[in-house]
Amino acid sequence: MSMSTYLLSRAGQGVMLIAVMSLLVFLGLFAIGNPVDMFVNPQADQAEIARTTAALGLDKPLWEQYGHFVGKALHGDLGQSFVHGASALHLIVERWPATLELALVAITIAVILGIPLGLWAGLRPDSLAGRFIMGGSIVGFSLPTFWVGLMLIMVFSVQLQWLPASGRGAVEIVLGVQTSLGSLDGWRHVLLPALNLALFKLSLIVRLTRSGTREALTQDYVRFARAKGLTERRIVGVHVLKNVLVPIVTVIGMEFGSLLAFSVVTETIFAWPGMGKLLIDSITQLDRPVVVAYLMFVAVLYVAINFLADLAYSLLDPRVRLGGTAQ
Amino acid sequence: MPVTRRTAVALATAITAAFIALASPAAHAQPKAGGELKIALSYDSSSLDPHFAATAGNITVSSHFFDCLVHVSPEGKYVAGLAVDWRAIDPTTWEIKLRQGVKFHDGSEMTAEDVQFSLERPAKIVNSPGPFTSYTKSITSIQVVDRHTLRLKTAEPYGPLPGDLSSIFIVSKKAAAHATTEDFNSGKAMVGTGAYVFSSYKRGDSIAMTKNPNHWGQKSVWDKVVIRFVTADAARVAALLAGDVDLIEGVPPSDMPRLKGDARLQVQQRTTWRTLFLHLNHGASDSAAVFTAKGGGPLGKNPLKDVRVREALSKGLNRQALVQAALEGFGVPAAQIVAPGIVGYNPALKPETYDVGGARKLLAEAGYPDGFGITLVVPNNRYIKDEQVGQTVGQLWSRIGVQVKLETMPMATYVPKMKAGEFGAALLGWGTMGADFGMRTLLCTIDPAKGWGTWNWGKYSNKAVDDLVHAAFQSIDPAKRDANAREAMTLALKDYAVLPTHYQLASWAMKKGLTYPGRLDEFTFANFVKPE
Repeated sequence: MSMSTYLLSRAGQGVMLIAVMSLLVFLGLFAIGNPVDMFVNPQADQAEIARTTAALGLDKPLWEQYGHFVGKALHGDLGQSFVHGASALHLIVERWPATLELALVAITIAVILGIPLGLWAGLRPDSLAGRFIMGGSIVGFSLPTFWVGLMLIMVFSVQLQWLPASGRGAVEIVLGVQTSLGSLDGWRHVLLPALNLALFKLSLIVRLTRSGTREALTQDYVRFARAKGLTERRIVGVHVLKNVLVPIVTVIGMEFGSLLAFSVVTETIFAWPGMGKLLIDSITQLDRPVVVAYLMFVAVLYVAINFLADLAYSLLDPRVRLGGTAQ
Repeated sequence: MPVTRRTAVALATAITAAFIALASPAAHAQPKAGGELKIALSYDSSSLDPHFAATAGNITVSSHFFDCLVHVSPEGKYVAGLAVDWRAIDPTTWEIKLRQGVKFHDGSEMTAEDVQFSLERPAKIVNSPGPFTSYTKSITSIQVVDRHTLRLKTAEPYGPLPGDLSSIFIVSKKAAAHATTEDFNSGKAMVGTGAYVFSSYKRGDSIAMTKNPNHWGQKSVWDKVVIRFVTADAARVAALLAGDVDLIEGVPPSDMPRLKGDARLQVQQRTTWRTLFLHLNHGASDSAAVFTAKGGGPLGKNPLKDVRVREALSKGLNRQALVQAALEGFGVPAAQIVAPGIVGYNPALKPETYDVGGARKLLAEAGYPDGFGITLVVPNNRYIKDEQVGQTVGQLWSRIGVQVKLETMPMATYVPKMKAGEFGAALLGWGTMGADFGMRTLLCTIDPAKGWGTWNWGKYSNKAVDDLVHAAFQSIDPAKRDANAREAMTLALKDYAVLPTHYQLASWAMKKGLTYPGRLDEFTFANFVKPE
């Protein structure tokens, strides 16, 4: 399969996925009822409610509303938020840098700590440190995110008062990118939520790296390398690590997607003004255009990330051919 | 493997160092007059346009930058705002005298032109999800008499007009005439007369403002105010405990003991205008599935149509136990639809005495000696301890032989189902500045032509009540309006149209050294936060 065929089939799958998903979300939210009742002024009379319903296009039958939505979506317009009166896509894109920043810091923490710790535990499975690392990863795996988040706040913000409990630091434009990471204050704000988000991924990476390492150590090429008299540094740093990384890259890709899409709990607990908080707020207010646009955005994101992970994969392991079996 | 170990140690050291470098003890400093005040709201704001949507978050934010003609005092009384006087010169004409010498934030003078523009603007906002037109629709024409006088005409006599005027923010015509929602959100059109001047807005996060040194009323004691939107209860409490903010609203009951016990903090509680009551489905058909006979079969009758049944249900509510057990003290038993101090409140009405024997007797008289079953639905994310209130009501009613099938659901699912009349009884909370307002929406006969009964999903209908509410609206004299509204509500309650249960306590928590008196309408305004 050539590269372009591969790309085309991937894009086709993505479009299908998005179409099906938008329809499902649309139907689901439609079934709940008229959202106007949720946000209209309680004193409004029937005429005002009818006018508002019509202004938002909610008086039309379902198929017509969906048709209207699809027609506009094909022109890149995912509709106006009922609640904010602004473009739904604009609202999402506006929050995107905050979430991206949080997810990047979190995944960096997870990778920087996870791979070395996993390697260590894999190379020395019976050592005290190795066992400690594995024990820690079980804890990190099993504790619920909201609880860990609250504990982090209780310890570092409330008791020790080292770090702020919530919110994002001052935002500035650094190299054309909107970020709060240009200042110390920004880092102080991002640290706890990022740590909270990272914990689960960190445990995952530790465990994957460890089992990958242990498996690699028994492989012939490692034994040959040893027999050849290569340094331990080269064996671990090149031969073992490179092979361990293949599955980890896939997992990081997928996990990064989920960090971006569903950091809802962490963003809520830490009042981080990202996309996850927008999603939750929009769901509770039945702001359908934002919920639909959000999930479409996330679907596109997943397709893109998986594609990038596939690419990274083929670079790490030349035997992997995109889109097909090895020839 | 010395290399790996060295790397690991170095890494661990670097990370710890970074953590320590970032972590510096934050000052749990008290805000000082002239300094900065940081508040965490429990609501988000959807737009800075003060006429975009009448939601709690938007109104709170707008109130800092814009004034209304009539203001509402913390106790819920109408006081002079940008208008110093308002009176009906004939039954359908109100004359408004404006305060003179009031300046907008851009230095221009506030005149009758701006007021006319502001009163006409809500009707022109097409995509509003919660229009302010509810407060302007009774005005049929606006006449500018001179720079500081206006005459407002209404189609028929309309006494509550001053109340409506307390909900419409006055904007600068010059700044807002061609402004879009985005122009407000960017601050360009944020030109009001209010106590604060706009500095910056981060949607979904916070808004910052500075003191308006030229404000006509009481000037802010704070030079800078930051309002953060922290909708999650736990995050709001944590922000206060960590010293990130100075004051929070909407303290969750479970955190109250802890905050009360913290020597660095203090709390303020007061009853508010929000009254909770059980709405009853008077209109359900006799075969409705929300009623069952003892044992689960169909009842074949809508028992709520019988006033004796409704009275029995009221007698079966131990309201004192309800506020203590379910609400953990975050409520006060209620006997009516409005709070003390509100137009139409009747001091003579006391909460129904809890009387199991009396209730059972009434049920037997009505033909239900074995009681019946009813579906009770309560929201689970809207009111203080709403789910627990539902459970407690279920237990209390089971003592009089009424078996409750309790359902709880999020507000977003609850409201459409309720409006479709799918419940037997339902818990609803309502905050209003007048019993006539509340009754018009909740209990008056449904009439789309008049705009009445929008939330009367239980289809209660009582001509005498309707007439009295109508009379209240037509009363230009506030005392007469109060009397009519009072009589209308008393009549409806004697008929057990709804069963009031309790008033909620609103709570604020703040750093020691600050005071906030709280407000009847639950709002949090920086201008009323003072150093001790």
